[in-house]
Amino acid sequence: MAKLVSLADGVAHLVGDGDVVALEGFTHLIPFAAGHEIIRQGRQELTLVRMTPDVIYDQLIGAGCARRLVFSWGGNPGVGSLHRFRDAVQHAWPRPLDLEEHSHAGMANRYVAGASGLPFAVLRGYTGTDLPGHTTNIRPITCPFTGETLTAVPALRPDATVVHAQRADRNGNVQMWGITGVQKEAVLAAHRSLVTVEEIVDELEPVPGQVILPGWAVTAVAEVPGGAHPSYAHGYSVRDNDFYRDWDAVSRHRDTFRAWLDEHVHKANAAA
Amino acid sequence: MSQRGERGDPMADWTADEMMTVAAARQLRDGTACFVGIGLPSTAANLARATHAPNLVLIYESGCLGAKPDRLPLSIGDGILADTADAVVSVPEVFNYWLQPGRIDVGFLGAAQLDRYGNINTTVVGGDYDAPTVRLPGAGGAPEIAASCGEVVVIVRQDLRTFTERVDFVTSVGYGTGPGDRERLGLRGGGPRVVITDLGVLAPDPVTCELTLTHLHPGVTREQARAATGWDLAVADGLATGAPPTARELAVLRALEATKSDGRRQ
Repeated sequence: MAKLVSLADGVAHLVGDGDVVALEGFTHLIPFAAGHEIIRQGRQELTLVRMTPDVIYDQLIGAGCARRLVFSWGGNPGVGSLHRFRDAVQHAWPRPLDLEEHSHAGMANRYVAGASGLPFAVLRGYTGTDLPGHTTNIRPITCPFTGETLTAVPALRPDATVVHAQRADRNGNVQMWGITGVQKEAVLAAHRSLVTVEEIVDELEPVPGQVILPGWAVTAVAEVPGGAHPSYAHGYSVRDNDFYRDWDAVSRHRDTFRAWLDEHVHKANAAA
Repeated sequence: MSQRGERGDPMADWTADEMMTVAAARQLRDGTACFVGIGLPSTAANLARATHAPNLVLIYESGCLGAKPDRLPLSIGDGILADTADAVVSVPEVFNYWLQPGRIDVGFLGAAQLDRYGNINTTVVGGDYDAPTVRLPGAGGAPEIAASCGEVVVIVRQDLRTFTERVDFVTSVGYGTGPGDRERLGLRGGGPRVVITDLGVLAPDPVTCELTLTHLHPGVTREQARAATGWDLAVADGLATGAPPTARELAVLRALEATKSDGRRQ
């Protein structure tokens, strides 16, 4: 059964220096509070995995937590570029960042393979693009039945996956709904998992379109109301679009970014 | 960004960007399924649905199938897409069950760089891959959208920085290096059918696959279009001028654009 923990304890026990860590949430249910806790605890040398490294990874990269990024789209959705990500790639600030770059279809299938206990996934993808030329993790494979050439990508097996969900019960059964992205696959692919939730309830009332993660498949659950802000939790909060828009100016320069980090992350108390 | 009067007809009461979005919307046929990227493609697809194509099926990579937003979504994961969709599926499902088998008629993409064969770069510009001059967001869903949709519509502003002889990185394949490449690569979708810009419309030549100027927007000259292209742009025999936006198209587009500010605090 998943343990009910505080956010600080969950991060302290499940995310270590040098780990491969996936924070997922496809524009919805993004575990921002957990990302901030990782920054506060000063994690280093992480390999960060995420399909859409948006503002949350811009913050982790700018804070110097990451050594390597495995991803398929890095931008500020609906706004533009990620300046901390660009600064790390173009100027190695605050430290160099290695990239392993995929397509969404490839990343999604890598999580599916990890969740399925398979060494790799197969798809029709990447063919003719320049992506396979920059990583050994995209390779052609011949179908043993038809002889057709397809593409293989290795399973993702994060040391730890962190996601945010709407609710959990006291046994750590997790319930999420709305756009659920690749969170289920990312949790099941990982060796350890931490789920932050809007609230812990006595009983999970069914919701149309829900995804349930049984408590025995999750390592720890932490109650963190508003833990997805500035993204949103369907049924609990709305997306703070102004934050995403304003992030462009905050993140554009190193000093304004550092000032923001000090004020809003380092000086903020860990929730719960 | 093009400003009113800077491109196209200085006396027109619409901007070059509005003309581009209207022209792109007109390319989408009612009743088809369209895989929509955020930004210009999403605006044009929603304009089409609100005008001539009420049964256009909008598919967003966040897993929203048949989304029917009444305002412009601000990201591909905007809650209004889930609230109005026929179905919300996981991200692996949208790529594996819906895109990969060829169930989606039209892929609607933007580009940071585009070459004469419709190959698209959204990854890096300048320098080399490990030390680029400009690091762009990367592939997202585009490589497989470009490979597997029945056809691709590209919407992109036309200038020398974007329309390049060679793209610095092939993120998504158009016609590769020319005729036969898509078949050789095993790409099952048809590739780019049309490229809509703020100056006009380009389509691949049926024999050479090279993007060819087929239409100019009202008030734009062929010399302007050629000067905004980084290769020797071919011009179709019978180059035509497209119809200006109708009053209804403009009114609906402007009403949609106005919803962007409403959506900031949904």
